[in-house]
Amino acid sequence: MRLSPDQMIFWQHGFFKLNGTIVFTWGLMLVLAVGSKLITRKLSTGMNRSRWQNLLEIVVTGIEKQIEDVGLKHPEKYVGFLGTLFLFVALAALCTVIPGFEPPTGSLSTTAALALSVFVAVPLFGIEEQGLWSYLKSYAEPTVIMLPFNIISELSRTLALAVRLFGNMMSGVMIIGILLTITPFLFPIVMTVLGLLTGMVQAYIFSILAAVYIAAAARTHKPKPEPAPTT
Amino acid sequence: MDSMTIIAVASIVTAGLTIAMGSIGPALGEGRAVATALSSLAQQPDASATITRTLFVGLAMIESIAIYCFVVSMILIFANPFWNHVIAGAAQAAGK
Repeated sequence: MRLSPDQMIFWQHGFFKLNGTIVFTWGLMLVLAVGSKLITRKLSTGMNRSRWQNLLEIVVTGIEKQIEDVGLKHPEKYVGFLGTLFLFVALAALCTVIPGFEPPTGSLSTTAALALSVFVAVPLFGIEEQGLWSYLKSYAEPTVIMLPFNIISELSRTLALAVRLFGNMMSGVMIIGILLTITPFLFPIVMTVLGLLTGMVQAYIFSILAAVYIAAAARTHKPKPEPAPTT
Repeated sequence: MDSMTIIAVASIVTAGLTIAMGSIGPALGEGRAVATALSSLAQQPDASATITRTLFVGLAMIESIAIYCFVVSMILIFANPFWNHVIAGAAQAAGK
């Protein structure tokens, strides 16, 4: 019973293995990059625009609005990173309807890599917003005794992100696989639809959690300006 | 009972118990979360976007506990290191 696309080997040469995770990840990257490049070749700012440009605009403005709702003041700085996370995980979940496709996020390597990139991005954005010393000081809030607990919570948040996405994707694929061997056709189709729903929800959750962590790190602690004394 | 049987029985029983007891807590927690979210939606319908988004984030965090239990259960059934070890030992003993 295959636990992840890591075990689908397409090609092998000594130490280098081309397994399913790599092939499907690169396939998704190609679709996203080439698709966007083709659509944005001739952008128009007037009222006449192609349908695909309209679709992309809906997606990008939707993501920007969500980032702004979370509390990040200038969403255009973060929409590249957070939008990529959301689009990659969502497309990986959507493409499970293609027969033979296994979502690369069903492998712990992919989800660990995504969680690690969030782990690196949160201090980066925090330092960019607040400055190095102010950001490091935020680990010692509310008291210095909380310093080890804040560090541990950072690490466990990253681990939770990786395992949550991996568990959801892997369980969807595995349940469909098990059901296909024991039940007639209708029930696995219903479970595939459920798997699509949970895949999209997990994509949204991953990017929203990353946005919340970045917002918590980038929150500037400016002292409130004193009101002018009225005499 | 030899060690192979003990390992097999322990893995199977533990896998079943893990997922059974591991889904009780998150299910109860999610029920309470959704109930509270519904009552606050009824009180303030214009904040529905924020409430819904926060509800989904909270549900995902609660769900991840059940997912951890599911992952442990799957490891016990399909990628059990102790079982692989004794199977390799038994194959070696049979091959000799």
